Amino acid sequence: MEKPFRFYTRLNLIELLGKLAKNVAGLLEGLKQVPGSSIYYHTHRFLQQHHYLSPEPPNDFAFWVTNSLSLDRLGERLASIDTVKFRSIRSLREKFIEILEVYERENDSRSTDCQEGEEFHFMSCRTFILPTPYEARDLKEFREILQKVSINSIYFHIFEARLRLERGENDFSNWLEEIGEKKLARDISRLDPYTITLEGLRKNLIRRVGQYVKD
Amino acid sequence: MSKIEEYAPIGGKSTVEELFLLAERLKGKTIQNINSTAVGGGVAEILVQMLPLLRELGVNVWWDVIKGNERFFNITKKFHNALHGVDVSIGRDELEYFVDVNRENMKEVLRDVDIQFIHDPQPIALVEEKARTGRKWIWRCHIDFTDPKKDVWEFLKSYIEGYDCAVFSAPAFSRPIAIRQVLISPSIDPLSDKNKDLSDEQINSVCERFKINRERPIITQISRFDYLKDPVGVIKAYKMVKEYVDCQLVLAGGEATDDPEGMKVLDDVRKDAENDPDIFILFLPPGSDVEINALQRTSNIVLQKSLREGFGLTVAEALWKEKPVIASAVGGIPLQITHKFSGILTHSIEGTAFWIKQLLNEPEYAKRLGANGKQHIQGNFLITRHIRDYLLLFLSLYEQKDIIYL
Repeated sequence: MEKPFRFYTRLNLIELLGKLAKNVAGLLEGLKQVPGSSIYYHTHRFLQQHHYLSPEPPNDFAFWVTNSLSLDRLGERLASIDTVKFRSIRSLREKFIEILEVYERENDSRSTDCQEGEEFHFMSCRTFILPTPYEARDLKEFREILQKVSINSIYFHIFEARLRLERGENDFSNWLEEIGEKKLARDISRLDPYTITLEGLRKNLIRRVGQYVKD
Repeated sequence: MSKIEEYAPIGGKSTVEELFLLAERLKGKTIQNINSTAVGGGVAEILVQMLPLLRELGVNVWWDVIKGNERFFNITKKFHNALHGVDVSIGRDELEYFVDVNRENMKEVLRDVDIQFIHDPQPIALVEEKARTGRKWIWRCHIDFTDPKKDVWEFLKSYIEGYDCAVFSAPAFSRPIAIRQVLISPSIDPLSDKNKDLSDEQINSVCERFKINRERPIITQISRFDYLKDPVGVIKAYKMVKEYVDCQLVLAGGEATDDPEGMKVLDDVRKDAENDPDIFILFLPPGSDVEINALQRTSNIVLQKSLREGFGLTVAEALWKEKPVIASAVGGIPLQITHKFSGILTHSIEGTAFWIKQLLNEPEYAKRLGANGKQHIQGNFLITRHIRDYLLLFLSLYEQKDIIYL
C-alpha cells in the first residue's frame, strides 16, 4: 500500500502585541522587532478573514500604508511583494524592511501620520496544529477528502507548511511526488494560491486532482 | 436551546468537527466564568448561549455571578464610564469599597477549578486569590478601552497584571501591559431567538403590537438606554432626515441589572422625542429576543450610533439579517463593517443623517451592503468561531511556543 496522506488542520489564536505605528518609521521599527509569527499573521490574515472577496486584498502592511497613510506608491510596492516566492518568514520580513528602508532614505518617514484611531496595531498568532480523522491512500480518496475537509486544513497544507514550517513545498505536492504523481505534484506546486479565494483554491485542487483520478 | 450539531449546516460540518477535536484536548480541565449580571447586556447573553454548547462538547465549565449592592454597581458604572473616556471622579473610599465587595465574594463565588475566566472590571479584584490557588486566571475585557481615564486605568492595571492573560475584543483596546494579550471578538448565535429566521406572520404580529407601520420606511436602533449609545443623537439624525423623507424611528432596548443609569436616559429620550407619533421608544423586558429579531428584520436601515462601544454586537445581528447598517466607527464596529462595502461608518449626527437619506433613496445599494455584511459575519462573527477561540485560549495557557502540535 502506498504511503497514506494524513490531513491536518490548523487553528489560530490571535495575540495583541500592545505595539502600534502611526507612520512609516513606526511601521519599519515594528517590522524589525516583532516575532516572525507577527509577520506571518499580517501577510496572511486577509486570506482567511475575507476569503469571500476576490481578488484578495493585499497584506496588512500594504493595506494600511495605502488606506491610512494615503501613500499609494509605497502601498503598491508593498502589495506587490510576491509572497509565494519566499521560502521563509525571515526572508519575507527582510523584503518588507528593504522596501521601507529605501522609502526612508528618499523621504521623511515621519512626515505622514495616520489619523487618530487608525494606527497600525501589531498582532501575531499562536498556531495549533492537529490531525483530522481523514487519511487518503490514493488519488480518489484524496479528491473525496478535499471536498469535505475544513478550509483550515487546506490552508495549512498549502500556506502554512510551505512558508511557516519551511518545508520548501506545499504538503500536497510533496506527497504526490512520493507516490509517483510527479506531474500533478508540479501542477499544484506551480499554482499561486495567493491570487485565489480559499474556496476557489479548494475547487481548483479538486479539479486538478480529478484529471488524474482513474474512476 | 440549540445543539452543537445544528450549527453544521450554517458553518460547515468540518467547523463542528474541529470544535470536538479541540474540546477533546481539554479533557480533565475545569473552567469557571465569573461576571456581575446574569441578565441583560452582551456578556450575559454570550454566556447563556455558549455554556450549553461548551458542555455538549465535553468541556467542564461553570458560570457564577458576583453579588453587589447599589453602591457597588454605582461605583462600577463610574469605572465603566471612565474607561470609556468620560470624566468622573472616584474617591479612595469608593475604590476601597469596590475591593471589599470583591473580597466578600471570594468566599462565596470561587470554585476549585483549573481556569478562572473573569469578565469585565466588576469582579477583577478576585485575582487576589490567584497566589493562594496557583491556578490559571484570564481577564476578559468586553468594553471599549481606547481612551481610558488614567487613574481608573492605573487602578485596574494593577489587578490586570496579576492575571496570566488578558482578552480584548478589538486591536485598539490593546495596551502596553506586562502580560499576554489575546484578541477574541464576540459573536452572535444564528440559531438563537434573536437571530433565527422568522416568518412574515411573526414579524407582522410584533409590528402590529407596537403599532409600527411596515408600509413606511423604518429606521431602528437596538441598544440599552445608555448615553454612550447616543439615543438622543439618533433622534436628531432622524429629525434631519424626516424633513426630506417620510420614515419612522424605532429605539428599542432593555435594561441590565448592573446599569443604574438606564431609567434616567430613557426619560431624556422620551423628552427629546416630543410625542412624535413616528418615534417608537420601546423599553423591552428581558426575554424580548423575538421582538428584537422582528424589529431588526422589518427595518429598512439599522443604526448603531454609539459614542463608545465594547463591540457592538447589534451590528453583527443586523448584518446577519442582511440589513444595511449605519454605525459609528468606534470600538469593534470597524471590524464588522468595511465602509461602503459591508455597511456605512459615520463619525457624526450629520453624517448619520446624510447616509440614512442615501440608503433610503438607493435601496439597491443598501441591499448590496447587507448581503456583503452577512457574508462577513458568517465567516468571522458566529458563535462557532467564538467557541473555537475560547478553546484555543484555554489550551494556550499550558503552552509556550508559537506553533503548537496537539
